[in-house]
Amino acid sequence: MSNWALIIYCGLITYLTRFSMIALIKKEMFNDRIREILSYVPSAIFPAIIFPAIFLDNTASFQLEDNPKIIAAIIATIIGIFSRSIIATIFSGLASYWFIIFVI
Amino acid sequence: MNSNFKVFIKGIIDVSPLMIPVVPFGLIFGVLAIDVGFSPLETMGMSLIVFGGASQIVLLQLFSGGASSLVIISSVGAVNSRHLLYGAVVSEHLSDLKLIWKIVISYFLIDQAYAISNGYLKKNKDQNRYFHLVGAGATCWVIWQSTTFLGIILGAAIPEKLGLSFAVPLTFLALLVNDFRKFINVIVIIVSGLVATLGYNYIPFKAYAIVAGLTGLFAAMILTKMVKTNE
Repeated sequence: MSNWALIIYCGLITYLTRFSMIALIKKEMFNDRIREILSYVPSAIFPAIIFPAIFLDNTASFQLEDNPKIIAAIIATIIGIFSRSIIATIFSGLASYWFIIFVI
Repeated sequence: MNSNFKVFIKGIIDVSPLMIPVVPFGLIFGVLAIDVGFSPLETMGMSLIVFGGASQIVLLQLFSGGASSLVIISSVGAVNSRHLLYGAVVSEHLSDLKLIWKIVISYFLIDQAYAISNGYLKKNKDQNRYFHLVGAGATCWVIWQSTTFLGIILGAAIPEKLGLSFAVPLTFLALLVNDFRKFINVIVIIVSGLVATLGYNYIPFKAYAIVAGLTGLFAAMILTKMVKTNE
């Protein structure tokens, strides 16, 4: 598949997730149970991107020792829990990552 | 009743604080897209056509890992399935609109616009209240497109040594800040993360993101049910 075809299909499926409910749904079709489950989608999917990017190295093998990403991610998580700020979480993670690889 | 324009401007003003984190996010996307081998035109096209930050970065991540198109497309769909919820929630406020407006508004139904306009739509009963959602969505659109563009330009200037690809997991981590304090969410996060990491090399077609996501949702289903039974 060409890159453009890939982009267009991804756009199409994304648009459908937005349009389908607005166009088709009657409110009653969406019960509280389904709403509740859907509210967990970010918590269920984002870790699948987060964890491998932190714990696996370039060759996709475990890197538990001497891995600045783990420490930086823990710091970012702690800052995130206390600040509840998206931007503070990102910047504290990046800052501690750079501090570890450039300073220490 | 406020004029359409006034409601539109109110949407812009209300969503503005949420745009601060979108700026680095858009820059990172632009830089990374070039880095994993998309052309500047394709990168811009992705932001225009998909217009969904998290899913676009997932796309890059899987693309650079050599995942098949089918896996990439279904992962993007899985990440964006949360929009089904947004659509279902706001649809009651849009039910009287002409189809053409529904088509336009759907394009702007993104996380930040939903988060900020849902409250306004609930409180306000004016016929033209949906202009708030259009204003918020259009603001995100302008910020997302311009920061993508800047990222494409800056990409060449940012040294690889900075390890900016680490910004990807950090960004997703940051999107979960409000979930860290909730018990069920934390369990779901750990389950999904473990499945993805341990299954990374073993789940075929690089479908680890979907498998982990579904396992996480399944865990959420069981846990929420258990909590209810105990109440």
